[in-house]
Amino acid sequence: MSGFLVEALDQLSRADGVRGALLVSADDGLVVAEAAMEGIEAAPVAALAASLAGRLLKVAETAGQAPPALIHLEATEGGLFIAVGEGGLLLVAITTPDANAGEVRLALLDGAGRLS
Amino acid sequence: MTDPIEAWTAELSADPDSMVFLPLGEALRRRRLLDGALAVARGGVQRYPELADAHDLLARVLSDRGEGDAAFDAWTTALRLQPEMVGPLKGIGFLCYRMGEFGRALRQLEAAAALAPDDPSLAVAIQRVRARVEQEALGVPADPFEGTEGWHGVTMLLDSRGRRLAGSLLAPDGEDRSDAIAARLAGVSREASRAAVLLDLGYWQAIQVEGSSAQMVLTEPAKDVVLVIQRPADTPSGRLPLVADRAGALARRWLERVT
Repeated sequence: MSGFLVEALDQLSRADGVRGALLVSADDGLVVAEAAMEGIEAAPVAALAASLAGRLLKVAETAGQAPPALIHLEATEGGLFIAVGEGGLLLVAITTPDANAGEVRLALLDGAGRLS
Repeated sequence: MTDPIEAWTAELSADPDSMVFLPLGEALRRRRLLDGALAVARGGVQRYPELADAHDLLARVLSDRGEGDAAFDAWTTALRLQPEMVGPLKGIGFLCYRMGEFGRALRQLEAAAALAPDDPSLAVAIQRVRARVEQEALGVPADPFEGTEGWHGVTMLLDSRGRRLAGSLLAPDGEDRSDAIAARLAGVSREASRAAVLLDLGYWQAIQVEGSSAQMVLTEPAKDVVLVIQRPADTPSGRLPLVADRAGALARRWLERVT
């Protein structure tokens, strides 16, 4: 795996409250790489993230807006963050409910920027 | 294949009087290259001040940039030059709708439909606006967000099967995309619930989407009802959940009244 991908994943997995981080192929929802996935199966996360991102991409297109750069599914026990990188890759993070959402958001946007 | 924008740009550069500014400006607008589109459209209007198509192009670009007043002026000029022109009539109709002037919007759209009876988008728009005018006459609140400044055209409720319940979402060009967006979001609540359960995240509360041109937030203010809110891209990301809470409260009150 390329150094910049490892770096993006490592930096993301070090953010406060991140339970796991992975790189996903947006087209087929397959795991490209993963980091620190404690007790989380990567494959379902990848499939769900790709499905949600694909749907919201179509919504943005229908709305006449630019493609999404960041998606945050907020839930009572944590969150799923998806950053859309160039080259058909998604940078995904699973977080705890008390995660620093601002830090995770910035880490994801920074990481996704390195995927281009 | 050669990019037509490159070819048209070269052609306009070689011959500034070329009419190619019309397709070039429109192509730039469609690609959301609005600064470039504006420069091309303004150049066209300067060279051809009596050409209605040039003013129509300029109006479309201005509307996409959110400059409704200037777009209105440009479309009015286009109609003065060429009274029987569908584009400006539609454009002014959509601007009126966006401003909540439904009666005026209906008159403009009906005038456009008289000139283009086979335009399906006009038929849909007229149906929507006519229903809105009738509801207004009966005093029925058609929109839970009515009267809330800045929420018209950017806030919508839909059911779990992708059907619009209330509100609307307009594209940057003023076109009402509510039904198409609602259809795209059919089952999104179920998908979010499934994701949250499978990932051991509990119950989903919101989906926040950030893009370079807009932000969007989705919540479920009542069972099987999804609320969609769109805001400009520069809205602070922490503010959207607050807006969604307020809109959710309005939506719940409205749902109690109409169900």
